[in-house]
Amino acid sequence: MARISVSQHINDVVRRVPAGLLYILAPLPAIWWFYQGLTGGLGPEPIRSLEHLYGELALQLLIAGLAVTPLRRFAGLNLLKFRRALGLVAFGYVVLHLTVWLVLDMGVWSRIWADIVKRPYITIGMAGLAALLPLAVTSNNLSLRRLGPVRWRGLHRLTYLAVLLGGAHYVMLVKGWQIEPILYLGLILALLAARLLPRRGRVAA
Amino acid sequence: MAGRWRNDLNYSDVTPKQGFLNRRQLMAGGAALGGALAMGGIAGPALAGLGAKPSVYSTDAAPNALEDITNYCNFYEFGTGKDDPAKHAEKLTTDPWSVKIDGLVDRPGDYSFDDIMSGVELEERIYRFRCVEAWSMVVPWVGFELADLLARVGVRSEAKYVGFETLVRPAEMWAQNRAILDWPYREGLRLDEAMHPLTILATGLYDEPLPKQNGAPLRLVVPWKYGFKSIKSIVRITLSADQPPTSWNMANGREYGFYSNVNPQVDHPRWSQASERLVGGGLFAKRVPTLMFNGYEDEVAGLYDGMNLSRSF
Repeated sequence: MARISVSQHINDVVRRVPAGLLYILAPLPAIWWFYQGLTGGLGPEPIRSLEHLYGELALQLLIAGLAVTPLRRFAGLNLLKFRRALGLVAFGYVVLHLTVWLVLDMGVWSRIWADIVKRPYITIGMAGLAALLPLAVTSNNLSLRRLGPVRWRGLHRLTYLAVLLGGAHYVMLVKGWQIEPILYLGLILALLAARLLPRRGRVAA
Repeated sequence: MAGRWRNDLNYSDVTPKQGFLNRRQLMAGGAALGGALAMGGIAGPALAGLGAKPSVYSTDAAPNALEDITNYCNFYEFGTGKDDPAKHAEKLTTDPWSVKIDGLVDRPGDYSFDDIMSGVELEERIYRFRCVEAWSMVVPWVGFELADLLARVGVRSEAKYVGFETLVRPAEMWAQNRAILDWPYREGLRLDEAMHPLTILATGLYDEPLPKQNGAPLRLVVPWKYGFKSIKSIVRITLSADQPPTSWNMANGREYGFYSNVNPQVDHPRWSQASERLVGGGLFAKRVPTLMFNGYEDEVAGLYDGMNLSRSF
């Protein structure tokens, strides 16, 4: 069974990688892109580029978090220990994305507020952030103990909503039929649908 | 017949060339020029220009750097990324090039690019350029008035509109294999808009032939409308009695009207058009208010007298 051995090999490697490594690596792209934006490396419109880079990485990390369970179930890959870090780092990049939009892109409160209430894709992005907020706050062992595993897991199903809103936010902001945002949304829907498949025997039993 | 229309600017108002070379270019150009002079004065490309005449229609705002104008483009035939056209447009064959002029004209036919260029007087038109995506640039186009070409082919009295089409050549324009829009890219103007002296066919930029990513060899520039109206790499111009279909309007009529005049009071359904950011200002550039008709209100507002601009957006 080649597949099993491959996934087990990966699992063996993964076991030796501490999840904390993600927190150390996480700020590097943010710093690098900001530095490039300052020094002309992001092209003539660095504000827009930075906004999009942070937002896209946030979406990719959220999708990675969403992939953990299906990967375990269908491919036998155990990446569970990275999931909290993936979620928290994703949240960090959502906050950076928002900060660039607030401070560098918009800059004026009246303009910001008008966009939040009037522009559906901004409204949806904000709703996505609001859904992530309680998850970020409770992504620690203390909260898990206080809430208890059942309530905690119930609360963290909000991820599904947040990722969906994030994917929709991207699809809604582009002009014409562009392939990338549709691919992201398709992937999100596929990963959510994978959770609805009836449980059979374990693939990697 | 450039100059049939007058405003209160004089030739002395035109920004001198050294004024619109920006700091970055001055630094790079200064270093290069110093080297060239030391080696006996080799003429750089900037010194072998098209010789376009200055125009009273130019704005006195400082133009964007050539680097910005050529690396931040929307030309979806080459991909939807802003740097895609710069990466992929080199493949486009622009010579030979001909434009089919048909419909309600006296002398229809296929006009070669050279034929079109013979007898036109090239002017430099430094125009503000406002994209529907709420960014803007100042671009030193080189071109001639569309009215000159229309006069040459003879517009019949029944004609009310001018339609334009971009080349379709998926082998060279890879993104035409994707259904981003219904190719060919189409645009159109009302005849009076087309005849307005501000409306030009541009064939150059910074006194050089137009780079391919900016719509070589021939593109429309209508400075008081959102950028997507200024169709690139034109192969067909059709005079008609009826309003021609236009690409973005066909794709989403609720968001993109036929007129698409720059108007800070009429928002795009998904974003505000009240402000814009001038490209090239770096990471801390602030938004500035968008001007009615992109600042060309005095010149063009009369074209729309009595029209409801929120309905005919």
